[in-house]
Amino acid sequence: MIENGTFKPVIVGFLCNWCSYRAADLAGTSRMGYPSTLRDIRIMCTGRLDPTFVLRALQKGADGVLIMGCHPGQCHYQAGNYKAIRRFALLKRTLRQLGLEEERVQLHWASAAEGVQFAETVARMTEQIKALGPLDWSHNWPNEDPYAVEEATE
Amino acid sequence: MTQKPKLALYWASSCGGCEIAVLGLHEKILDVAAAFDIVFWPCVMDFKYADVEAMEDGEIDVCFFNGAIRNDENAHLAHLLRRKSKVLVAFGACAFGGSMPGLANFYDRDTMFNWIYMDSPTTINPDKVLPQKRYDTPEGELVLPGFWNTVKTLAQVVPVDYFLPGCPPEAQSIEAAVTAIVAGELPPPGSVIGSDVTVCDECKRTKTEKKIKRFYRPQEIIPDPDICLLEQGLFCAGIGTRSGCGAKCPAVGMGCRGCYGPNEGVLDHGAKILTGIASAIDAETAEEVEIILDTLPDPAGYFYRFHLPDSLLRRKARKNGKKQMDGGPQ
Repeated sequence: MIENGTFKPVIVGFLCNWCSYRAADLAGTSRMGYPSTLRDIRIMCTGRLDPTFVLRALQKGADGVLIMGCHPGQCHYQAGNYKAIRRFALLKRTLRQLGLEEERVQLHWASAAEGVQFAETVARMTEQIKALGPLDWSHNWPNEDPYAVEEATE
Repeated sequence: MTQKPKLALYWASSCGGCEIAVLGLHEKILDVAAAFDIVFWPCVMDFKYADVEAMEDGEIDVCFFNGAIRNDENAHLAHLLRRKSKVLVAFGACAFGGSMPGLANFYDRDTMFNWIYMDSPTTINPDKVLPQKRYDTPEGELVLPGFWNTVKTLAQVVPVDYFLPGCPPEAQSIEAAVTAIVAGELPPPGSVIGSDVTVCDECKRTKTEKKIKRFYRPQEIIPDPDICLLEQGLFCAGIGTRSGCGAKCPAVGMGCRGCYGPNEGVLDHGAKILTGIASAIDAETAEEVEIILDTLPDPAGYFYRFHLPDSLLRRKARKNGKKQMDGGPQ
């Protein structure tokens, strides 16, 4: 997103209901300052995060995706975040092959008490993505079909 | 005597396997010939594009279109046959999801041209000649269809009525589609003609809890004939792939490649296979996971083998994508 001539990243955040979403709440109620780049979506567990969600966010125009959950060993559902670790590792390798920079999709942990860590993570990721610039994924396939142009102008 | 419905078959960017699959109906092909009047099938009969152009719009009743859309000629025929056909069927994995030609979306035109026409060890091209769209000869101008950076599926170029998955579609799938068309019992437009369970449902191998400590490539082990291949560490896309094929590949010890594509409602075939494969990994720390994943080379190639152009991200990021569109060798 370009705001007043400067690039302001759009980061879609998938936050676990039990830890990171509460960390975000704590950061807010404690009046901690952090960039307003994050669009947070509450999910019940990082184990629920279908990689489709991440791909959809990137395709729809997000500059980055931040996934946050409970620390390993502290999952509300015992093992959801371990599933997230496995999926994330494989997703990261897949996205690397598709030419996406590492920093654009990140997985971090924050407990409900870690509002400071949450705010710092968002600030750090915002800086990293600012340095990379806009993603603008759908521009990877501009229209190449001369017949489509012809029909559209008819 | 009532007129027979008119049938057209066309191949765009494909290997010809789909045409063979149609002939694979064996003696049932005679029923097809009896039921339909074949008006266009360049693979097996002599038709010209001009024959199709001369037809009325909507004159063809059913068109089986196989192959992905990767150049101007493919697109021309896609638009033409869409206009001339009442029912357009994306026939086979290439028309449906991009399939093998779609793997070119891991590259772009310049990269491919440089390799194919210049850098590959078997090429001698000192003048650095590249294919041109137009070339003037004393006899007149020669033209070639423009080559695209991004391979597209048929549905990304024109509206498609039905999808028939498979690489190639199995005879029973084609038969089901043909029978439905002849009987006039087609599903709602936009449907994929086929079942909606996964390959695992059809696979006869014994399945228990999956805990993989490493992956194997097919040449590295001789798999047990009765146990699930994924449990033995062999990559199998069956967990995220539509059935209809009879699970033939796993039956002979080769993990499912994923050619029947995603199930109903799935936005990204690769993401679903990824989820399934990741769940089978037996590790609790990121480091352990990485060690196991080192035994699975080219994950994106495995997950998007048949549906890269049809996936959410469609292709690999292009460096300076916008700039390249304007320039290039064409």
